[in-house]
Amino acid sequence: MSNGRYGPFGGQYIPETLMQEIHALEDAYARYSDDTDFNAELETLLREYAGRPSLLYFAEKMTAVLGGARVYLKREDLNHTGSHKINNVLGQALLAKRMGKTRLIAETGAGQHGVATATAAALLGLECEIFMGREDTERQALNVYRMELLGAKVNPVDSGTKTLKDAVNETMREWVARTHDTHYLLGSVMGPHPFPRIVRDFQAVISREARAQVLQAEGKLPVAVMACVGGGSNAMGMFHHFVPDAGVRLIGCEAAGLGVDTHQNAATIANGSLGVFHGMKSYFCQDEQGQIAPVYSISAGLDYPGIGPEHAWLHDSGRAEYVPVTDEEAVAAFEFLARTEGIICAIESAHAVAHAQKIVPQLPENESVILCLSGRGDKDVAAIARSRGVQVHE
Amino acid sequence: MSKIANAFKNGKAFIGFLTGGDPSLAKTEEYIFEMIAGGADLIEIGVPFSDPIAEGSVIQRANLRALSAGTTLPKLFALVERVRQKSQIPLVFLTYLNPVFRYGYERFFQKCRSVGLDGVIIPDLPAEEQGEARIFAEKEGVDIISLIAPTSEERVRVIARNATGFLYVVSSMGVTGVRGEIQTDLASMLALARSVSELPAAIGFGIGTPEQARAMAGVADGAIVGSAIVRLIEQHGETAHEPLRRFVAEMKAAVLES
Repeated sequence: MSNGRYGPFGGQYIPETLMQEIHALEDAYARYSDDTDFNAELETLLREYAGRPSLLYFAEKMTAVLGGARVYLKREDLNHTGSHKINNVLGQALLAKRMGKTRLIAETGAGQHGVATATAAALLGLECEIFMGREDTERQALNVYRMELLGAKVNPVDSGTKTLKDAVNETMREWVARTHDTHYLLGSVMGPHPFPRIVRDFQAVISREARAQVLQAEGKLPVAVMACVGGGSNAMGMFHHFVPDAGVRLIGCEAAGLGVDTHQNAATIANGSLGVFHGMKSYFCQDEQGQIAPVYSISAGLDYPGIGPEHAWLHDSGRAEYVPVTDEEAVAAFEFLARTEGIICAIESAHAVAHAQKIVPQLPENESVILCLSGRGDKDVAAIARSRGVQVHE
Repeated sequence: MSKIANAFKNGKAFIGFLTGGDPSLAKTEEYIFEMIAGGADLIEIGVPFSDPIAEGSVIQRANLRALSAGTTLPKLFALVERVRQKSQIPLVFLTYLNPVFRYGYERFFQKCRSVGLDGVIIPDLPAEEQGEARIFAEKEGVDIISLIAPTSEERVRVIARNATGFLYVVSSMGVTGVRGEIQTDLASMLALARSVSELPAAIGFGIGTPEQARAMAGVADGAIVGSAIVRLIEQHGETAHEPLRRFVAEMKAAVLES
């Protein structure tokens, strides 16, 4: 079956109980992705509610400090709910509603996707339950309360490593038990087909806008676009419309935690191997026995042992590059961007900032690069303070 | 006809599941023989996995215990080989796809045949994706057992047509685990399956009492019990022999009464 494949990656490796539902989702998406009313409603929500288009901001001071290519920031952090997650969530929530669903369930790592889902549920009058690893509910306590404020029920997940992967497991278990009224609003370009495709399409608004914006500002395409990668949704969104532009490097920045040569990282392309998990064939951090490895990153949103199948294919086909960025580099970049541009970005996005600091000085001054700032960093301030030995109370 | 058909030869079948390596490989081996002594017709050995997405909390915990005890696929193949020297009971693995994929499909099914494992149940390998594994399974004469769910509806025709071994009928929505009641219209599901397949059909998920086993075997060719057995092992640890044999005997008797 070629459907839902990116080269050898992707597929639909899920329990039989979910197959009928996943096919219903495929059918609904095929129908509504070309539907004028659906798209008009989504566009209105993106514009009037989420605040799109997001800015493409020329980071003049950062450019001057780095002394190389001109740096543009795609400001997904300025979206309603503070991250790119809202792009996909509004699309899928509308789709779920068209399918007659009355309830949304979702996994969340850092809480950004959970907050976005709870927001869409509140707006569209849907019930909402979020699954979040116990460890993440503790390191992102404020987001838990945000979701509750928005009317969602947050279920802390105590199985396995108590982080994002376990939240996905638990959301799948919940979905297997209840599909008739419930849509699993998956938050990244991962999972069984058609999720990698749906999420990519809804996130592609990032590169659709950015490509036009940069052409307007520079009169030519950038030499590189970059984004952080966990499952890979903001990166797929940032890459998509640049994929046919052979001269534009696509760079995904993975969470290397304490280092790619330690056991404490989540760098799937650097350290992973081919496997089948969470409904897809892709690269995963795993042991020789095929047991999924516990992963680690300071960033709850990148703390995932796999990567979306389209990224695996972009990597293997040589179209995109994936680079590891450590916690320490990300924290330094978080502080750098705050002091240089007055922007407190998400620690996830700071992984891309860190890589820009490394490569931009080597790139010609008459060229440009775009960095996707996938989210804002308010949620991370307390954790960064702790990592610097400062105690703050939220 | 595969050896799995033998499980259904003596009237209605009782199929018991336990997680391999919980609490240890040695105990699993002893417990398999207790289940055989109790009257089990087929044994499913669960290959522990770090992220068993189709399992409820009881079997999730068993997976963790087995993995902490160092259980691996090669060690479970060795266990099957030892059991096979003393018993001809049909044996299958219940395993998530990734351990099989990492081991390599060709090597995996060759090993199944050489140790005497009759089939595999892979909960995250639906009909549409089975092709990549099935070519190797068929070559070695190992059955890939297909699952049919309450949501399968018309899919039952496609699934049952390609199925081998037996049909594993999932009683209700959700993950594994004992349930108070099972409300699915199983008779209709079974009728549809039987109209396209000659294979025996056994019902699993949620069965924990003799009454439920009797009712399920009444509409199908057998009943599958996992979580209730694993819970006994969890409660009794290294000394579950007697309770296990008694429970299986009771369940087998109920199945035969149906």
